[in-house]
Amino acid sequence: MHFTQKDILDMASLSAEEITHILDTAQGMKEISLRPVKKVPTLRGKTLILFFHEASTRTKTSFDIAGKRLSADVIALAKSGSSMAKGESLLDTVKTLEAMHPDVVVMRHGTSGAAQYIAGHLKSPVINAGDGKHAHPTQALLDMMTIRERKGRLAGLKVAIIGDIAHSRVARSNMEGLIRMGAEVRVAGPPTMIPKGVEEVYGVKVFSAVEGALEGADVVMMLRIQKERMENILFASEREYARTFGLSTGRLALAHPDALVLHPGPMNRGVEITDEVADGHHSVILDQVENGVALRMALFYLLAGGMRHADED
Amino acid sequence: MQMKIENGHVLDPGNMDGIRDIWIHDGRIAAVTEPGECRDRADEIFDATGLVVTPGLIDMHVHLREPGQEYKETIETGCRAAVRGGFTAVCCMPNTRPVNDHAGVTAWIIAQAKKAGLARVYPVAAISRGLEGSQLNEYADLKSAGAIALSDDGMPVNSGQMMRRAMEYAKAFDLFLISHCEDLSLVAGGVMNEGETATRLGLGGIPNISEYLMVQREIGLAEWTGSRIHIAHVSTRESVQAIREAKARGVQVTAETAPHYFSLTDEAVGRYNTAAKMNPPLRSEADRRAIIDGLADGTLDCIATDHAPHASMEKNVPFDEAPNGIIGLETSLGLSLKLVHDGFLSLKDLIRVMSKNPARILGFTNDLTPGALADLTLMDTAAFWEVDPSAFASLSRNTPFGGWQLHGQAVATIVEGRVVFRK
Repeated sequence: MHFTQKDILDMASLSAEEITHILDTAQGMKEISLRPVKKVPTLRGKTLILFFHEASTRTKTSFDIAGKRLSADVIALAKSGSSMAKGESLLDTVKTLEAMHPDVVVMRHGTSGAAQYIAGHLKSPVINAGDGKHAHPTQALLDMMTIRERKGRLAGLKVAIIGDIAHSRVARSNMEGLIRMGAEVRVAGPPTMIPKGVEEVYGVKVFSAVEGALEGADVVMMLRIQKERMENILFASEREYARTFGLSTGRLALAHPDALVLHPGPMNRGVEITDEVADGHHSVILDQVENGVALRMALFYLLAGGMRHADED
Repeated sequence: MQMKIENGHVLDPGNMDGIRDIWIHDGRIAAVTEPGECRDRADEIFDATGLVVTPGLIDMHVHLREPGQEYKETIETGCRAAVRGGFTAVCCMPNTRPVNDHAGVTAWIIAQAKKAGLARVYPVAAISRGLEGSQLNEYADLKSAGAIALSDDGMPVNSGQMMRRAMEYAKAFDLFLISHCEDLSLVAGGVMNEGETATRLGLGGIPNISEYLMVQREIGLAEWTGSRIHIAHVSTRESVQAIREAKARGVQVTAETAPHYFSLTDEAVGRYNTAAKMNPPLRSEADRRAIIDGLADGTLDCIATDHAPHASMEKNVPFDEAPNGIIGLETSLGLSLKLVHDGFLSLKDLIRVMSKNPARILGFTNDLTPGALADLTLMDTAAFWEVDPSAFASLSRNTPFGGWQLHGQAVATIVEGRVVFRK
């Protein structure tokens, strides 16, 4: 298929066919990372700008490695040290970037809608690497890639997403993407962390008790509890959270015997997930990280016009 | 100097409803006669055939931004926008820089407005020093300088005790309070209505109850102190119901809403459209319908715009970072007339909520009777027009209504017998 999206901003704007095409392309990219020389010339001469306005280690590193494995020139910017720290507006910063003719801009920002905002002002493609509480499409895509790899399909799977749905861009993008691909999505967490209208907006099923959501689940996706954001009013204590909403071996037994456990990381071990589960045989958390690089390579390839170099290697 | 407005459909609820000639002499209404009945000579004749002639529209809630933020609006440009919208008078909120918490600022605003010579401007002074909610201002001084009411508007008075004392103190000077009802602890960083759109966009939600709880507090305090309270820009169905019940038991409460609350829902935020960002936020369809019902049954006394100019550079940022507010003076009448065309309000009721009731709340009469000041709005209720923000008289362009087709508009505005706007 011919991929025609200019940007990757959220899962809502991707069709099931496009999602499948991205996942297929990523699957093909995965092999490159297993070679002794992990580099192909596909995006030689292309410039990728990683503009991370919010702290990030794993996502930024994943994009960085993905770009370099395709031989692109990868320029990383952070807010600190950029002109934005000196008070420049986002629009002016973006216009400055535009003048340098990047082939793709990857943007992370603490404000919902920020990626869409800059995409509206940039001719070059924009990949949203996380905007506020809104979307994190590359995380959802790598999650879907990981699930599909293990389960062979997405349609018909029962996926439980547990934790802070309200403040999670990962949850939003996964709900959108998984429903689009025909999965059944259940969410659970303290009522303080379930946003208003989530059933109607995404077509998911809300459970007040984690156990109900876990019952027979093929996939369990745990979300990170952002302790710094909670201000002690979304839940009472880590201890109680772990006991009531955390994923333990005992609770996991409610799910399908072959259930997969995912976590976008970084994990709060002992809070939302126990050590045994995080490191147990259901866990595909490191597969997610590995697939993240392949998935981002695929997106760079599809967006940066790598098509004509695809066969050179 | 005698002016004759002839053959207009004169609609002054409670006083008159029919085709009449209005005679204006020295800024006052000299006579209202049957067409052709009086053959006196007029220096100027305004043919109002096919037009509706009403007491001047009054907008109780605008931001003129001067002093301090003249790049957004000045008293002159705001007044120009007002008269183009058919308003003969506006009340301007005190969150200027410096804040209007001092008689000197109040007097200066009035002087600037006089200089502009367009709409009347009635300054609303601050309840508390610097809008900080902790110290009462000198209400006696403010009143003598021309303040018509008191409000901390966008900075709701958090302390119940402070609000109680302000209500009690204001009574001594026959001033009333206008309350922007918002429990900030429930807003908690929200930027739009809490609901499905906010959930989809990942934006912090502002729940209806943040407004409703404060409305309840103000009603309770007004009842307790025997004071008058005016609730600003009502946006939720729960607030409408609370005000309805309070009025039924005789509490001295009045209330306003704004055209955007009966014209739009939070879906207008669409994909982070900052032109639809305001405070209180656009609500749900159920709220929108309740607002219309509240206007229709008299629970909501008036339509005010909360005209809030912002420069385009301030609105052209990610949604979270954009300031709240939209301009409204030049679209208010057209949007409000839609309620009439859609059968929710009679034209007479619309004139009540846009002209008569604001005047009553502010403490004066606004009648088309001999001896009254000649403040009039002439409107063509049938004219179709398209909202073109680039043609606005306001310095700012922040409206979600650009491109809307509206049905009806002001074609002339007369303040004290002077035509200050004519289309």
